[in-house]
This record gives sequence, C-alpha cells and structure tokens, in this order.
Amino acid sequence: MKCMFCKNPATVHQTVIVNQQKREAHLCQKCARERGLIPDPPGPQIDLQAVLSLMAAPQLAPAGDAACPACGMTYAAFKAGGRFGCAHDYEAFRPSLEALFEKVHRATAHRGKLPAELRSAARAAALEDFRDRLRAAVRAEDYEEAARLRDLIRRTEAEGNPG
Amino acid sequence: MNLDSLIPNLGEWLRGTGPESDVVVSTRVRLARNVADYPFAGRASPAQKAEIVARARDAVGRADLPHALEYLDVPAMPALDRQFLVERQLISRELAAVLDGPRGVAFDASESASVMVNEEDHLRLQVLRSGFALDEAWADIDKLDDALEARLPYAFHAQFGYLTACPTNVGTGMRASVMLHLPALGLTKQIDKVFRALQKINLAVRGLHGEGSRAFGDLYQISNQITLGKSEPKILNEIKEVIQTILQYERQARTVLMKERKQAEQDRVARALGTLGSATMITAEETMELLSVVRLGIHLRLIDDVPATAVNQLFIQTQAAHLQKLVGHALDGEERNAARAKYLKTRLRELGSHRQ
Repeated sequence: MKCMFCKNPATVHQTVIVNQQKREAHLCQKCARERGLIPDPPGPQIDLQAVLSLMAAPQLAPAGDAACPACGMTYAAFKAGGRFGCAHDYEAFRPSLEALFEKVHRATAHRGKLPAELRSAARAAALEDFRDRLRAAVRAEDYEEAARLRDLIRRTEAEGNPG
Repeated sequence: MNLDSLIPNLGEWLRGTGPESDVVVSTRVRLARNVADYPFAGRASPAQKAEIVARARDAVGRADLPHALEYLDVPAMPALDRQFLVERQLISRELAAVLDGPRGVAFDASESASVMVNEEDHLRLQVLRSGFALDEAWADIDKLDDALEARLPYAFHAQFGYLTACPTNVGTGMRASVMLHLPALGLTKQIDKVFRALQKINLAVRGLHGEGSRAFGDLYQISNQITLGKSEPKILNEIKEVIQTILQYERQARTVLMKERKQAEQDRVARALGTLGSATMITAEETMELLSVVRLGIHLRLIDDVPATAVNQLFIQTQAAHLQKLVGHALDGEERNAARAKYLKTRLRELGSHRQ
C-alpha cells in the first residue's frame, strides 16, 4: 500500500471512527511525522527534566522496592505470593495497585457498602445537599422539584433509622 | 456441639425448594472482612490469631441475630469432623486441612449462616439459601456484617473499600454464587457454549467444590469475579440477569428432550434408580452422576415418588466423611464404596416402601 500523500510505501495506518463512520489513513513515515501523527525521533540531547524528576522523586522508583512500613512486606514479595501482609500495604503500594486493580477489576475505586460510621456521614452530607436544593426550589417556586426533594429527604432520613 | 446431631439433618440450603429450584439448587453469598490494626491472617503470629479468635467469638456471641451462631474450634477437631464440615459447605478445605494456628467457624443450627475465623481473611461470612435467592441472601449477610462490625472495627480504605488479603476480593469483599443443575444442557452438548459466553462477561464457572474442582453430577457454580468498582446490588443484578438466561436455555433443552426422546429419558432414569438401589460397590462420582439423572427425572415428572429433598439427602450423606460418621468408624476407599452402596440400597428401599 502506498502513502496517500507522496506514494512512498505506507507504514503508518490510522483508523478513526466518528459517529460510526470509519475513516482510514495510510501514510509513510515522513508524511505521518509532518502531520503530527507520530512523534519526532528522539534527539541526541539528554532529557534533563526526566533525569531530575527521577532523582528528586524516589517514590516514582519501581514499586518493587516499596516496603510496607507496618508489616515489612515488599511489593516484590506481594507480587510473588499474591497476598497482602496487612491493611497498610494498600497505602504503601498504592501507585502500583491502581494499575493492578484496573486489570483485575477494571476499576480503581470502591462503590459499594460503607462501614456504619461512614454511611451516616455520607447520609448527613446528602441530606444537607437535598435541603439546600429544596430551599432553592422553593425560592424559585419550582414546587414539583420541591415535592420530589421532600420525598427524597424523607426516604433518606428513613434509611438512617430502620425499624 | 456434637456434630453427630447434624448427620440426619439437611442444611436449610439443601431443602431442594425455593425459587427456580428445578434448576437452581442453592445460592451463596460470602463477604471477606479483616479486623483493623492486625496483620492479615497469613502474616499474623499465633498470639495475634488467638486474639482475633477471641474478639470474633465475642462479637458473634453478642451480635443481635435472629439465630444464634455457635463457635467451633477447628484445631481441636478430629480430621473426620473437619471433612464433615467441608462437605456441608460450612468451612473451606483450606480452613480444614491446609492452614494452621488458631482458627474456627461459627454457624447457626439451620446451617444458613456461618463465619470462618482466620481463613485467608480474618473473617469470612457466608449465607446459604435454598433455590435462587440472591437478594434474600444479601439482606441476611448485610445484617450479619453490620452486627459484627458494631464490635469489630474493619480494615476499610476510602478508595479501595474493604481490604482483603487477596487483591481479587478487595472492595466489596463479596463473592455471590449460584449452584445450578444443568443436565439437559450437558446432554445436548450446549454447556460449553454457555460457559464461554459467561467468561466473556467476567463471571466464573466452577464445579461443586469451588475453584479448580470438576463439575460432577451436572452441578455448576456461577459467581462474580469483580469485587471492586460496583455496588453489591449491581453485582447481584448482573448475576441475576445471566442466570435467568441460563435457566431459559436449560428449560428449553429439557422441553426438547421430552419432545424428542421421552422414552429414552424414562429408561435412563429407571436404570439410574436401578443401579443406585442394587449396586454393591459404588464411587462418590458415580453416585453423583446417577443422582443427577434421578433429579432430572423428578423435575421432568418421569418419576413422582422420589422427593427432590431425598436426592439432596442421598447426595450429601454419601460423601466420604458423612458415610464414615454414619457407620461410626473410618473406612478406606473400597470399604467406603461398599458402605455407600449399602446405604443407598437401604434408603431407596425405605423410600420405595413409602411408595406402596
């Protein structure tokens, strides 16, 4: 296949799908670079910023070296054994864990049940928000919205006092 | 507790009733929880594990629950009793025979709720239900979890949720599984197709005894794999949808069987009953396969004199530890096969005498 622009052999292929419309582009290395599809080749100069950031930020070093301050478990040992040593490992290995959880669970944050204490704190925050919106709705004389919010507040309050 | 008192009974989940019980045998939900400020069980010292046991027993004892849970110490238990609890799905093989140190299990008289202590996680809560009952099981275990949490502060992280020893359980810590009996899909060779589809949507399929076990007697467990990033009701709903589809497939396959080869099925069921009732040596595997045929026969109404509960009873009582407890002493493999055959013959004759 030949480049769409200069008839050299095409080595860069791009497929873009917009609104279910598929568009394909086939370019040679040079034309692709000119149009910003691929980055410039690395220059001979040393990337000073990258070197500096590596030196200044040891927490960006490979996580294999990270150890849990509470139980001494290292990331390498965790990877080898597949089990955490204690709850603090989650904080100690956090940067690497997000990538791992993304792979295993396709998510990086919990969205389920909360312990009772957090549950009531979350409920209190939600109630406060609903009440603010209720006041705003009354001011705006949007009584339909106000009625909806009043029901929501009643339901949320009832959840907090079961039985 | 004397475990022998459990032998003649069936756990509530083996009643063979409950929603969709023609296909769904039972529903199980478990939660993995760890107590804050202790290393996980795999790294805890024996003294720390003993403390966890003491705190867990205290929490279980004081919990405001509809049915009290009684705690049993696993290390103090003979190997046979441990195996017996594994067969009743109250403890894992790991808690029974692989792990060491202070550990145990608390469960209620109906065997519906249990809490393993110092398994892979400090606490493994479990609720078992007969039939297809994910919402009910979740409601029960949610309450049990709240009751324990009131006295045992859990290891919880604002971003990652409930923290567990294994990264595959983090977040909700919940594994919900449904045990299905799918003989018709097996017979019509459609089962692999169903399971390939399941794996694509991140649901796991396992045999009766969990991870790595083979599917005996057409029994399969379907469970969620993802525990992080979705709420518990959302995870349960995803399983529910899939199970509904599998139920449809299995029932369609059963209808086809009845239409196209009723006579042959009738024969297969009669022969299965015949073998179960007259063999003098029989393995656990063969028993499971034959009981699967009988169970299908019951739901296809090819036989109406054997209750579904009886099949479940035979199924659990013919497992190795149950048999040995029934006989009252240890049996080697050959002796077990003979004892199993004898037990089946006796029980089926009893059922038969009710028939006359």
